[in-house]
Amino acid sequence: MYEESVHKTFDRIKRSKLNAFITLTEQEAVRNARAVDEGRVAGKLAGMTVAVKDCITTRGVATTCGSRILSGYVPPFDAEVVARLKREGAAIVGKSNMDEFAMGTSTESSYYGPTRNPYDLSRVPGGSSGGSGAAVAGLECRMALGTDTGGSVRCPASFCGIVGIKPTYGLVSRYGVIAYANSLEQVGPMARNVSDAALLLDVIAGHDPKDSTSVGEADGVCYSDHLVEDVKGLTIGVPREYFGEGTDKRVEDAVWNAIMRLNKLGADYREISLPHTKYALSAYYIIAMCEASSNLARFDGLRYGLRTGRDENWHTTFSRIRAEGFGEEVKRRIMLGTYALSEGYYGRYYLKALKIRTLIKRDFEQAFKNVDVLAAPTMPFPAFKLGEHMDDPLSMYMADVDTVPINLAGVPSISVPCGFAGQLPIGIQFIGGLFGEPKIIRTAYTFELNTDFQRLPEGF
Amino acid sequence: MAISVKDVQHIASLACVEIDDEQRERFAKQFNSILEYFKELDGLNTEDVEPTYHVIGLNNVFREDVVEESLPQEEALRNAPKQDKGFIKGPRIV
Repeated sequence: MYEESVHKTFDRIKRSKLNAFITLTEQEAVRNARAVDEGRVAGKLAGMTVAVKDCITTRGVATTCGSRILSGYVPPFDAEVVARLKREGAAIVGKSNMDEFAMGTSTESSYYGPTRNPYDLSRVPGGSSGGSGAAVAGLECRMALGTDTGGSVRCPASFCGIVGIKPTYGLVSRYGVIAYANSLEQVGPMARNVSDAALLLDVIAGHDPKDSTSVGEADGVCYSDHLVEDVKGLTIGVPREYFGEGTDKRVEDAVWNAIMRLNKLGADYREISLPHTKYALSAYYIIAMCEASSNLARFDGLRYGLRTGRDENWHTTFSRIRAEGFGEEVKRRIMLGTYALSEGYYGRYYLKALKIRTLIKRDFEQAFKNVDVLAAPTMPFPAFKLGEHMDDPLSMYMADVDTVPINLAGVPSISVPCGFAGQLPIGIQFIGGLFGEPKIIRTAYTFELNTDFQRLPEGF
Repeated sequence: MAISVKDVQHIASLACVEIDDEQRERFAKQFNSILEYFKELDGLNTEDVEPTYHVIGLNNVFREDVVEESLPQEEALRNAPKQDKGFIKGPRIV
């Protein structure tokens, strides 16, 4: 039974126009499904099809990060999250497409071509985990792993009408996740409903001694146990800064309607303020670029990946390999990070951004003294057209305005569908305090059960 | 403009990325617009605020110094494009 369904999935993927995958692992997936059918493999995800974002290391399977510089790289080990998927019997269907090194909001910067949005092929699926988002929405897998550094799970979840969770920083191991901005990023589940997302979180969450930034605070929590239809007595905070200039009226209305719906179901709500929100975007980009410039220094073409041209001296050889291996956005971020960390600018940019991060973190701590969860738009507008922001990087960065503060504060957030603008999905995010996943899952689950915004794209 | 084409070239060299003339021009323009946007941070006084490097207050994490299994040399070298006698071969340093 599972084997047949895996075959059907691959038939669909091969006919697809979405370009959601960089590498497919059909043989392994079929073998897994057969083993489950024959009772030789069991587990929480037995036989379920899962896509893995291509910045997550997979033993024996090419891992490119959407970049030319890692073309040909076949890792000799599994990321901890991949080991956990395998332990629970998942059928991994392939490595999903992404913005190069997870730097982007549209999946257009992948060296392997852009992914398209299943709701409108002329539009982006969001990013950077756009392959994962499109694959889940387009029925090319049941669930997927993404990574969220500044919104990269929640943005494609919002644009593709699915559910995505950015866990609390430290909840999920980053061992084997190729680093972009290591103090901000987390692996997160993506699925077509809250139950599947919670199930996948159950599998990947937990302390890992191989990742010194992973913590055991929430070990033993079962997220599926919090799939409870009940928001009575829950207080929802609505941060007014997230409804600012640049927010599409249709998004604003859909999010407020969702809050009203939860209110009818017994939740309380009140408007609140997160006063430093307007500084979050700049602070996020400075920190992310600085960390990127350091993390990506390892790509020199010597130990793995692209090695082109004749060897000259070290600096020239290295610089040429990186020129050919990295795309424009990656170069921009590495260079701006290098600049912001260079002598004379460190205090003005990097240190300043870290101090603002403290203020943003305090905003959230203050808010959660009075409310249980926060509700806000995930993205200020629905999916945009391919090419719309490609010539103006700053305008692309602006799209992340509602997602980046959450990463700066390290808190968890879940994005769920809450409406449509024409045929394009709109997402709402429920944000929790540190390790507050149970509450946001309960809120999202109750909302999902009482609404009807999970609709397959036309023709699917 | 805060950043000139010449500055862009200097940063590219620090970052070990070769860029061409056309990229230098384009990056200079884009960097200036991005840095102009970052200027809004200047308006906020953060003198007495401690920086947050990590949100969950990490300390050093230690483990016992026990020898564990590691990758065999052959497998560790498998991805290296140029090798010689069990070593990774790099370009000349000087």
